[in-house]
Amino acid sequence: MLKGRNLIQPNDFSLQELDSVLSLGEKIIQNPQKYVDVCKGKLLSTLFYEPSTRTRFSFEAAMLRLGGSLVGFSEPGSSSVSKGESLADTIRTVGCYADIIAMRHPKEGSAYLAAKHSNIPVINAGDGGHQHPTQTLTDLLTIKSLKKDLNNLTIGLCGDLKFGRTVHSLVKAMARYQNIKFVFISPSELKIPDYIKEEIEGNYYETSSLEEVIDKVDILYMTRVQRERFINEEEYLRLKDSYILTKDKLKTAKEDMLILHPLPRVNEISTEVDDDPRAVYFEQARYGMFVRMALIMKLLGVDIDA
Amino acid sequence: MLNINSIKKGIVIDHIKAGCGYKIFKQLGLHKADYSVALLKNVSSNAMDKKDIIKIENEINIDFTVLGIIDPNITVNVIENEKIKEKIKLSIPKTVKGIFKCKNPRCITTVENIDEVEFLLVNEENKEYKCEYCESRTSL
Repeated sequence: MLKGRNLIQPNDFSLQELDSVLSLGEKIIQNPQKYVDVCKGKLLSTLFYEPSTRTRFSFEAAMLRLGGSLVGFSEPGSSSVSKGESLADTIRTVGCYADIIAMRHPKEGSAYLAAKHSNIPVINAGDGGHQHPTQTLTDLLTIKSLKKDLNNLTIGLCGDLKFGRTVHSLVKAMARYQNIKFVFISPSELKIPDYIKEEIEGNYYETSSLEEVIDKVDILYMTRVQRERFINEEEYLRLKDSYILTKDKLKTAKEDMLILHPLPRVNEISTEVDDDPRAVYFEQARYGMFVRMALIMKLLGVDIDA
Repeated sequence: MLNINSIKKGIVIDHIKAGCGYKIFKQLGLHKADYSVALLKNVSSNAMDKKDIIKIENEINIDFTVLGIIDPNITVNVIENEKIKEKIKLSIPKTVKGIFKCKNPRCITTVENIDEVEFLLVNEENKEYKCEYCESRTSL
């Protein structure tokens, strides 16, 4: 069903298709040994035009754990991009060598362009401030595994909601499930874009106060104010510490609330929170690797359970 | 009452919302024309109270897509021998190519050589389109 397809944004997949990826991810978690050779002889190309140790490692670990191999670069300076090669040409060329591509690029819409020129599946590993669908798969698998359901949830998203592509993707994906309410917590300068709000048809509440709403949410999705998205450094410095989640602020939160964060963290979650059972952001990174394993298997058509 | 002669062969763009005539005039490059053109503003109209009209005494290729985006309610009359040969009703296009440039400085279309970027209509009321690549909104 998903063989040969691309993943550019979370809604490229139907709910049923998403569910099939998440279910496979859960099966891999339960019995990783069963899948160690399923991608033997397959090659993943990781094209990372901007630094991202975490996502790149996650993809690479996923492919290696499936028995596949890797080619790629982690900075464009070490590739033909430095000679002026277009993205379209790079993709056409890589398609001659590899079986699947995971690409991160600072420009928005780059993954869509790549998919247009590719004869092998393209996975968007982040295109500027636009989309980051595998982070969304990570978030969905984390929520599904720990909450046992993706319906009937109030999801608080806190921090940089303007440039935070993980937020945009997660909102778009979660809006497809039943009885989902969103609480957007941000300074007025970093509010969620209107087009995202239009898509969720009024099922949201906006505030600048985390304290006001922390007791109401089932999921608290903290995000970093991203220095790299600001043109004005002063603006960044003014806003970077807008929200810092501390133990004290968690006093009124639900006992079964989950604290998620796409990582890396800077100041927005105090390290004293790390021991709280509700803090699942490092576990979330683990789920990320498993869901990428599932995704690679699905797009390559090597799902041995199908 | 201001009188403008009827044209023998050319195009009359009628039912333009009063005040929008100059925008269309410029968009069609008529300010650079070396043939007869007339822009009539605030002409009395039964249906619209006031309207703008453009008369072009020449055979030119009109970009109907642009006109549809600016004002889908306008009418284009093709004139031959001082008579209306064809009446063209416009509509706002669902997708357009080659008219907009993405205004998002972080969009891939600003750096890659892409022939024609497609924009998709997302808000008919505001005539807002989104870039097929980065999904940023834009309008004329």
